[in-house]
Amino acid sequence: MEVSTQSTIQADVKTQVKNKKSTLLSRLRENRVTYLSLWFLVLIHIVVFLGPFLWTVNPEDLQQAGALAGWSLQHPFGTDDLGRDVFARMLTGGRVTLVVGLGAMLCSLLIGTVIGACAGFMGKVVEAVLMRLTEAMMAIPTFFFVLVALTVIGTSPLMVVLVIAFSSWMEIARVVYGETLKWKQYEFVEAANASGATPFRILTRYIIPQIIPSIIVAGTLTIAGAILTESAISYLGLGIQPPTATWGNMLQNSQQYIWTAPILGVLPGIAITVVVLAYNFLGDGLRDALDPKFVKK
Amino acid sequence: MNPNQPSKEPLLKIENLKKHFTVKSGGYFNKKKKVIKAVDDVSFTIYKGETLGLVGESGCGKSTLGRNILRLQEPSGGKVYFNDRNILTYKNRELRKLRKQMQIIYQDPFSSLNPRFTIGQVIGEMYDIHGFAKGAEKENRVKEMLELVGLDPSRNTSFPHEFSGGQRQRVGIARALALNPEFIVADEPVSALDVSVQSQVLNLLMKLKKDLGLTMLFIAHGLNVVRHISDRVGVMYLGKIVELSETDNIFDSPAHPYTAALLSTVPEVDPRLKKERIILKGEVPSPASPPSGCTFRTRCPLAKERCKAEVPGLTEVRTNHFVSCHYPLEDGQTLKEVIVSRGSVNS
Repeated sequence: MEVSTQSTIQADVKTQVKNKKSTLLSRLRENRVTYLSLWFLVLIHIVVFLGPFLWTVNPEDLQQAGALAGWSLQHPFGTDDLGRDVFARMLTGGRVTLVVGLGAMLCSLLIGTVIGACAGFMGKVVEAVLMRLTEAMMAIPTFFFVLVALTVIGTSPLMVVLVIAFSSWMEIARVVYGETLKWKQYEFVEAANASGATPFRILTRYIIPQIIPSIIVAGTLTIAGAILTESAISYLGLGIQPPTATWGNMLQNSQQYIWTAPILGVLPGIAITVVVLAYNFLGDGLRDALDPKFVKK
Repeated sequence: MNPNQPSKEPLLKIENLKKHFTVKSGGYFNKKKKVIKAVDDVSFTIYKGETLGLVGESGCGKSTLGRNILRLQEPSGGKVYFNDRNILTYKNRELRKLRKQMQIIYQDPFSSLNPRFTIGQVIGEMYDIHGFAKGAEKENRVKEMLELVGLDPSRNTSFPHEFSGGQRQRVGIARALALNPEFIVADEPVSALDVSVQSQVLNLLMKLKKDLGLTMLFIAHGLNVVRHISDRVGVMYLGKIVELSETDNIFDSPAHPYTAALLSTVPEVDPRLKKERIILKGEVPSPASPPSGCTFRTRCPLAKERCKAEVPGLTEVRTNHFVSCHYPLEDGQTLKEVIVSRGSVNS
């Protein structure tokens, strides 16, 4: 009897310890939609990044099956208007689209966080200059800015990433700015100052970690927005240029064939929608999971 | 000399310390600037090893005073000598080094700990910042500190939200003591706690003070808390120290009418002991437009014409008993007696 009680207690202690050090992943598992989105995104990224090594059909080669061929074993999704394999184009196009989205998100997070945190933390002149700059940037219509910038500096994927990043960091800067203002009033920040911590240390160890959930949420929204922007400019023919495939320019090509070969438009359309949606769900779940007061239901 | 008795060697000398806030009001074309004197020309000395209690109503500037002494806010004027050096002239780098000698304990145990640090990290951060200890040595020191303040050292990996208010306050105390500071500002360290926990934390502070020979500025708004822990007590009203003396002097024979009135409202344990309560009229005047002369005169039962015209200075009316009042109470007089004998002047 005594032995069994002992072991139950030990088991209890073990689960307690486990709960205490619960990983982010186990916290994410609590929310089914988030968990599903996470695995879906992992899957999509694996498929898109490894797929072209396995499905070795060249996405830019014209196939023998001819233009607008239906599905077959050689071409699971058929061929497009020029006779190129749609499956191969979906894979490589997804690669470009996701890389552009991720890259733009990282760049705009970096710009937005640095500007917002500096403005909020330093105050005075720095704050005035940086926040007026942010507002001035917000006053420029995003789409117009992107189109003009791409026309001037060219449409290589790197430029697309940078231009999208430069047009989308303002929201992040404002979120980070507001959060920095909020957190810098807390007594533990003053306590860090009273302990002799340098301003850089206070900013990076005491304030920014508090903002990370907001940054992550803003980041996932940005990734979704960047994918949409890239698709939109590609649709207008000003984004990444053919023959390089992206989900956006595949959508553009497909519009004339929407009645004859709907799969050409539906496929990239669904891919964009689902990926954007999954990123939003993931961001939402991450915000909850990153909260240190997270309690298992 | 008894080591538990405070010496007469000054550790901290504060001279004419001022903290003024400018408040802008009015529209864009009609800007008005008002100066709020949160701390107005305050001078006093804290001796090595003593606990100086500082009491006053909320808004009288006692917390602001504490923060200005530590330069967590920049004072508008005056001098603060710490070990005979004016720390207001220190540059940032020098100031950061000084930080390990002077620490602060906060009122709110919930917002004063980084919610993303374990309590081990909270305390260990002190060693990291000043490069005192690393790795296993740091962990040992952290555990020692936790033990010192009466917490289970094995809980150093727990987060602040897993502790109760009293326990968090102990963590706050451990953090403040981690680097062996000479001087500590305790900014209402128990007013956010349950009464039962208050006494535990107070006893801990008193024990630590005795064991470590700390010098403390203990800020509180409750007189009973201050009486328990302080060697000397200062009473603040509207940014000024109105009375300063040894604890027993203040409580047994207060000289300032404000102190006397405050003391008359402290409940007695013995129900047979009847005392005359003196309730002050009105509210604390706005610090943006304080009354002329003595700032307390609008509520003082003893105020006369002279109080309107002249600002009273802090003068020594008895040995080691400083008061800023034109008509202080005599030793042993109660406020009620004086009101009766002087006649109702300000009825």
